[in-house]
Amino acid sequence: MADYEPVLLANIHKEGSHRLAVYEAGGGYRTLRRVLQERSPAGVIEVIRASNLRGRGGAGFPTGLKWSFLPADHPGPFYMCVNADESEPGTFCNRVQMELDPHQVIEGIILSCYATRANTAYIYLRYEYPLALERLETALAECRDKGYLGKNILGHDFSLDIHVHRGAGAYICGEETGLIESLEGKRAWPRIKPPFPAVEGLFRKPTVVNNVETLTCVLHILDRGADWFKSIGTPSDPKNPRDPGSYGPKLYGISGHVERPGLVELPLGVPCRELIEEHAGGLRQGRRAKAVVPGGLSTGVMTESELDIPLDFSGPLRVGCLGLGTAGVIVLDETYSMIDFLHNSCRFFAHESCGQCTPCREGTHWAVAMLQRIKAGRGRLKDLDLLLEIADNIGIIPGTTICGLADGAAWPIKTTLRKFREEFVDHIKQTNPGGYTAQSPPPAMALVHK
Amino acid sequence: MPTTERVLSDPIRTAIQAYYPRYPNRRAVLLPALHVVHEHLGHVPQQAVVEIAEMLELAPADVLDTLSFYGFFKQVEPMGRLRVWVCRSISCAACGGEDLLEYLCRRLGIRPGETTADGRVTLEFAECLGACEHAPAMLAGDTLYKKLTKEKIDDFLASLPS
Repeated sequence: MADYEPVLLANIHKEGSHRLAVYEAGGGYRTLRRVLQERSPAGVIEVIRASNLRGRGGAGFPTGLKWSFLPADHPGPFYMCVNADESEPGTFCNRVQMELDPHQVIEGIILSCYATRANTAYIYLRYEYPLALERLETALAECRDKGYLGKNILGHDFSLDIHVHRGAGAYICGEETGLIESLEGKRAWPRIKPPFPAVEGLFRKPTVVNNVETLTCVLHILDRGADWFKSIGTPSDPKNPRDPGSYGPKLYGISGHVERPGLVELPLGVPCRELIEEHAGGLRQGRRAKAVVPGGLSTGVMTESELDIPLDFSGPLRVGCLGLGTAGVIVLDETYSMIDFLHNSCRFFAHESCGQCTPCREGTHWAVAMLQRIKAGRGRLKDLDLLLEIADNIGIIPGTTICGLADGAAWPIKTTLRKFREEFVDHIKQTNPGGYTAQSPPPAMALVHK
Repeated sequence: MPTTERVLSDPIRTAIQAYYPRYPNRRAVLLPALHVVHEHLGHVPQQAVVEIAEMLELAPADVLDTLSFYGFFKQVEPMGRLRVWVCRSISCAACGGEDLLEYLCRRLGIRPGETTADGRVTLEFAECLGACEHAPAMLAGDTLYKKLTKEKIDDFLASLPS
């Protein structure tokens, strides 16, 4: 894959890549002009459906299918929400896109709004991205001046405005109905589905929520065609008629213990080992990988021996991970403790649990308490079974929570304890030789007065 | 006790009203309004909650419900002049982020969530800044510090305006 020519990141190394003039000089807004002249909204949806584009935000839902759920006979208005609340640990591709190529993002949004008949779009941007905010606001102002946004875009009867809506530090706002609730001015408690946002979303109107990278894929599919898109990536499984495949380019973020952490664009399906060794310079100081998160913390971990799986939508499932997620690959080397890893993971999800569903609200905090105890040398072997019991009982998959945050909290627990159990057992036995077989937890006050 | 003196000045009100045309109803202006107030006052005191509620035609309890959900907003005391976030999530933690947070705590003499006595800095831990390729990362105001080290923290502290 050494000869792969980046498409999504084609502009980012240009001087002043965030400026409209630079973007236009590279062919920017040419696709918008052409699509408005040549295609109907339904025609755009047809192209996206034919491309088998799947959402890049984590769930991998087919974008064209999502759009086709919008009711045909609804009087409107329709809304577009752009999910730029990128908060999954290990994930930063949207940030780079918005900072270095905001016009590519905006052109993708305009085209997607045209397809979905939305006249208002909100970019839900996490608060922690001040540079992305500045670049987006400047780019939007440039577009309004140029007639790419506003009334009757480029003389067409399609009108659109895009607003940036800043978040306030809550991971749950990346869940699409949590995002909608937050936009409406409420606490970001995810909604029970159905109804799905396409039928009843923002302000109770038909709404599409799409990730930033997904929308930039839309742009390039409309520019180069669905056949181009389907010439890249992993084809659908011929034995499974419902498999939409893993087509197109993908942004992979690599962080942790590698020589060259960063963002790379490759065809979907690059083997994880190749990504780490050829595109991130391998492990730091020539060490060995111990555990690798394939797609953002919530997807769980893989062992070194599992690294040959392809990073497409189905590869990580084969080794028990939750999926491709956000393709934020986190590499941990042999010096890092998996107890520290799991404690960090559980602490994150406990902090970010919105508190709406009891199994997640209570389960995530209980898991942190146990891991703190294990770290402090008061662990019991029984804790490992309890942790797994919690993990098996929270989430959409067991059917106990409204949204998938709890599944995301559970997967690191399940995969870590299944794949690295020995390390936990050794740690518990060594640090708590007198009490590791205990069946009841030590009294809370005994910890305080230790 | 909430004071009865108005805390939302005219410029704050104008800044909030500028958001009205963006949304089909007033409630959706709430998060932008909280940001405006937080930026101007350094926190959102109870009296501001009452006044925002009046402006947006909501009950104060409704405003408080949203306000208190988002960890970003300070309610009780104003922030320091600079708010500093040190990431403690996995990519940063694996590269030493938690030790650096601890170091900064010691240097400033405060814990995360607190403000220095001279009002210069409010320190926070962050749950993933989305800057994992630059781990360990720190966001101070609008400036992202990449590949943070103790030396960089020392330089940063030395550069703070008094």
